[in-house]
Amino acid sequence: MRNPLRAISESGEDRARNRGAVLRRLLVELKPYKGVIALAVVMMALSGAAQGLSPLITGQIVDKVLLTGDLPSLTRMALLLVLAYLVNMVATRFQIYLVSRTGQQILAKLRNEVFAKVESLSLKYLESKQAGDLMSRLINDIDALNNFFTQVLSQFIGAAFTLGGILVAMLLLSWQLGLAVLMVVPILLVVTNVFSRMARRAFRQTRETLGDVSANLEEELGGVRVAQAFNRTQENVRRFARSNAANRDANVSATAITSAFTPAVDLLSTLDMALVAALGGFLVIRGVISVGTVVAFIQYVQSFFRPFQTVTQLWTIAQSAFAAAERVFDLLDMEATVEDKPDAVEMGRIEGHVRFEEVDFSYEEGQPVLEKVSFEALPGQTIALVGPTGAGKTTMVSLIARFYDPTSGRVLIDGKDLRDVRQLSLRSQMGLVTQEPFLFSGSVMDNIRYGHLDASDEEVMAAAHAANAEEFILRLPEGYQTEVGQRGSLLSQGQRQLISIARAVLADPRILILDEATASIDTRTEVLIQKALGQLLKGRTSFVIAHRLSTVRNADQVLVIDQSRIVERGTHEELIQKNGLYAELYRRQFYQPEEESAPAAPAVSS
Amino acid sequence: MRGVFRSLRYLRGYWKPAFGAFISLIIVNFANLAAPQLLRILIDSGITPLNMQVVLQVAGLLVVVALVRGLFFFLQGYWSEVASQGVAFDLRNQIFERLQHLSFSYHDRSQTGNLMTRLTSDVDITRNFVGSGLIQLLSGIILLIGTVTILLRMNPLLTGLFLLSVPAMGLIFAVAVRKFMPLARTVQEKLSALNAVLQENLAGIRVVKAFAREPYELSRFERQNQDYLAHNITLMKLFATFFPLVFFIANLALTAVIWVGGGQVIGGRMTLGELVAFIGYQGYLLLPVFMLGSIGTMMSWAEASSRRIFEVLDAESEVKEAPNAYPLPPVQGRVTFENVTFRYAGADQDALQSVSFEAQPNQTVAIMGRTGSGKSSIINLIPRFYDVREGAVKIDGIDVREVTLDSLRSQIGMVLQETTLFTGTIRENIAYGRPDASMEEIIAAARAAQAHEFISEMPDGYETLIGERGVGLSGGQRQRIAIARALILNPRILIMDDSTSSVDAETEYKIQQALENLARERTTFVIAQRISTVRRADKILLIDNGRLVAEGTHAELLECCELYVDILASQFGAREEVNAAVEEALK
Repeated sequence: MRNPLRAISESGEDRARNRGAVLRRLLVELKPYKGVIALAVVMMALSGAAQGLSPLITGQIVDKVLLTGDLPSLTRMALLLVLAYLVNMVATRFQIYLVSRTGQQILAKLRNEVFAKVESLSLKYLESKQAGDLMSRLINDIDALNNFFTQVLSQFIGAAFTLGGILVAMLLLSWQLGLAVLMVVPILLVVTNVFSRMARRAFRQTRETLGDVSANLEEELGGVRVAQAFNRTQENVRRFARSNAANRDANVSATAITSAFTPAVDLLSTLDMALVAALGGFLVIRGVISVGTVVAFIQYVQSFFRPFQTVTQLWTIAQSAFAAAERVFDLLDMEATVEDKPDAVEMGRIEGHVRFEEVDFSYEEGQPVLEKVSFEALPGQTIALVGPTGAGKTTMVSLIARFYDPTSGRVLIDGKDLRDVRQLSLRSQMGLVTQEPFLFSGSVMDNIRYGHLDASDEEVMAAAHAANAEEFILRLPEGYQTEVGQRGSLLSQGQRQLISIARAVLADPRILILDEATASIDTRTEVLIQKALGQLLKGRTSFVIAHRLSTVRNADQVLVIDQSRIVERGTHEELIQKNGLYAELYRRQFYQPEEESAPAAPAVSS
Repeated sequence: MRGVFRSLRYLRGYWKPAFGAFISLIIVNFANLAAPQLLRILIDSGITPLNMQVVLQVAGLLVVVALVRGLFFFLQGYWSEVASQGVAFDLRNQIFERLQHLSFSYHDRSQTGNLMTRLTSDVDITRNFVGSGLIQLLSGIILLIGTVTILLRMNPLLTGLFLLSVPAMGLIFAVAVRKFMPLARTVQEKLSALNAVLQENLAGIRVVKAFAREPYELSRFERQNQDYLAHNITLMKLFATFFPLVFFIANLALTAVIWVGGGQVIGGRMTLGELVAFIGYQGYLLLPVFMLGSIGTMMSWAEASSRRIFEVLDAESEVKEAPNAYPLPPVQGRVTFENVTFRYAGADQDALQSVSFEAQPNQTVAIMGRTGSGKSSIINLIPRFYDVREGAVKIDGIDVREVTLDSLRSQIGMVLQETTLFTGTIRENIAYGRPDASMEEIIAAARAAQAHEFISEMPDGYETLIGERGVGLSGGQRQRIAIARALILNPRILIMDDSTSSVDAETEYKIQQALENLARERTTFVIAQRISTVRRADKILLIDNGRLVAEGTHAELLECCELYVDILASQFGAREEVNAAVEEALK
């Protein structure tokens, strides 16, 4: 099945696809660590110098000591060598530590940034995307970047220094042979470029297929109960195997490319060595250089290509990291569809005057969910939204919380257009109880406290009491400290709903939205909650969506929504008298026409 | 290292590429070993006596060796990837399959984010070791033995000198690995915790936003992230300390060789070319030693990860098929609870206590009771999502624990309380339990669930794509798709757990009418809050606090049961109305 996130990686193409841009952005992340990086670079320079020095010393040993037989200076040289290695060790230790620590810190920061981004994205975006793919970006892609910072970067810079040191030493020793060694470099660059291009395509594929695997996982793990109920497990296993296989194959093809790269560099290095031997021999015959120089040079060629080989081995990681970085940056570059304006103001304490002015809304173009909806709720009023399933009731309350912005028209609270106020200041005064209550793993206490983080235990308990949740909570094995399990799976749906109501009660919101809050609670408990809510609703504006019309009788205003429009409005009595859609819905619920023959139809007069 | 050994067994299915990779790596190593010998010849017989012909010949040979080495290097890299990705593929599939089959109580207690970490990060770490670590380990050992043999033949004294450093390096690695392993496990656990926060946030984003809790969630995430960071840095520190130390010891040995060897060259007991070749080989000696070290850390990390993998694979499903389970024959639909007592894992109170009742074929049984009284527990026991503690659940007199799960569940249709839909088209979602269903059957099911009308109004009709959790549809629309999904199975036993709560009264009425026709041919269990839904039931079970407190028809319960009258009263808001209803029932 399709992966909707593909769409954003394609739209992000121009932004992040360019490798230079990705690299530059990764380097920008290093900026705050300038001091540490400078220190690390000093360490690298030290270890590079030490490494460049050792063949030089060895060469000296061959030329000056072995060919002359000067034993005492052999010992001196050997001690010098030990010193160089010691410096190398200490410098390497600090360099690895400093670089990898910085890398980890940057990753932690990126992780926070991506998370903050996800939290700031609008519901419209998040609900249309697969959570698993988002997770994959936060987990797997950042992990791939991890390797970039910890391995590639330090070794790459280290290799560059080693290379520089060796280069200088070579040219000093014999510029002719030095230039011969360097002749291979342009070929090397071309080869690298060709392979890079191929590898990046392949690695992008691996990241994307991994995103698919994660998306598949997230969804199937969430829906495992349904899968078992419907005997779908075998089919699901087959489907998972398919996305899993795609990821495997993408990895294998990517590796095929990188595995070919290392030998290509190795071959070039050997060719270079053969060249040095031939040219060196020729130069020795001409008397231009000594045998010791050629011997030293053969060592240099190996040392010269070693950093290249290191880099080529890291290259796999680097390619994978670039592909991952693209995906991470694509996400960071996403524009939140609902965003605070730069000059957004604080909402201020809400009085509760809610106004819709000619509001149109559609999730997708050409499919209006709300059309020309206008109404007004006065402070403290209870507004009931009634209508057939899918008429647009939930969308209306979502607009009040500014989960979405209207396509046209305005939503005003206390005369302020919601687009002009800061989202946090708006939502912190709003309480929402949704159709499907969502609890976080943690205790009952934690979940209720979510409504007001600073609340004392007593306040939490008072809220539970007000929502009539106390009775069942006290019957739980550990009372308020009982763990609710992931998404509250250890509680019944009704119990979860009671907790989510207590949570809203504790939040003490200025505007309360109950979206079918009592649908899965038994009617007896519902009556108790209604009583509690009756107290709660006083002094605040509230919106109630309910199918049980007994719930809406006491509303100050009933809005009947049908096919994206408000078709009737008024109080319960007025609407019953009007004898329109509301009256019909109401009658349906209480008398059911074909019941006449049924023996025990309770006759309820209305 | 139990976990690592066990994960190695997964290589069995990929022995061919693994073996190929292994052989290729040995060839690469031998080609590597040949190079310093060629260099020795180059210096001793080519450059020193200035014999250009030898120089050119040997240089050519070096290129040939590089070509061979290159080819096999490629094959080694490719084949070990094939093998290791194969292992990862098998591991992931197995974990996924296990998770699909683990019973509800396992999933009640586990977090998706944590499981996902095991399926991605932990599998990858294990794969890395199993696929390439092992091959490198083996070839490293062979390379070590080969190099030592060559060096011994060249110069036993220098070789002995060099080998002195090996125990020291071994000791350092042993210490490093010991410190590394528990840390690696902790780091993976921290990562899991981090991912769990993330996953929950994505799933519950609406609540987070509704309560303006983004700053709180961010700080929670940052805390976990910081914790993970701190542990990671400790690990890095360990790494940064041990590896340069090992290199230093190796270089120390190298210096010793140059010092002693230099003396030998001066004394004329060794040629310059031999010394250069010897130094060259030393690099190859260092390589396997270093490799063994890094494989050591890789292995301890893989051990931590593979244990986390096998924890899932070894998790026992609390609901297990009996070894002699047989397929449940086509059922009539008689469902019997005999003194059923049930308790959720980890709870210290029974959710159900001595519940007994019987539903006859084609009866409709309504279950009523307060929130948390045990209604869902009853219906979850029928398809055996959980097992009873005491007593038995029987279908047509057969204990559900005696039959295969597939044969049992395929005859039961369920509409669960939480309507989870899947990414895909509406058609695919309705045909979820029967992917081979025809379009006619799908439409018929949708009609019965009162879903056909709104589906037809959608731009792509039955081919409309719906999002991950079925968002884009209203709660009522999702419930109706879930009902259609159950109806298309044409099950002998139909269970509806509060399935119409989000549907408006008119739609519910229509669904009921459709169901009534369907219900005549099957045993139906209904959990519902609305009296209008349940009063036509053949039998109403009234549950309170995990006990069956009353059973009977609507009329019977009105007469005898105070709790039932209470519930009715709350439904209609006024006691008098109920009284009127009671009187009418008595007439």
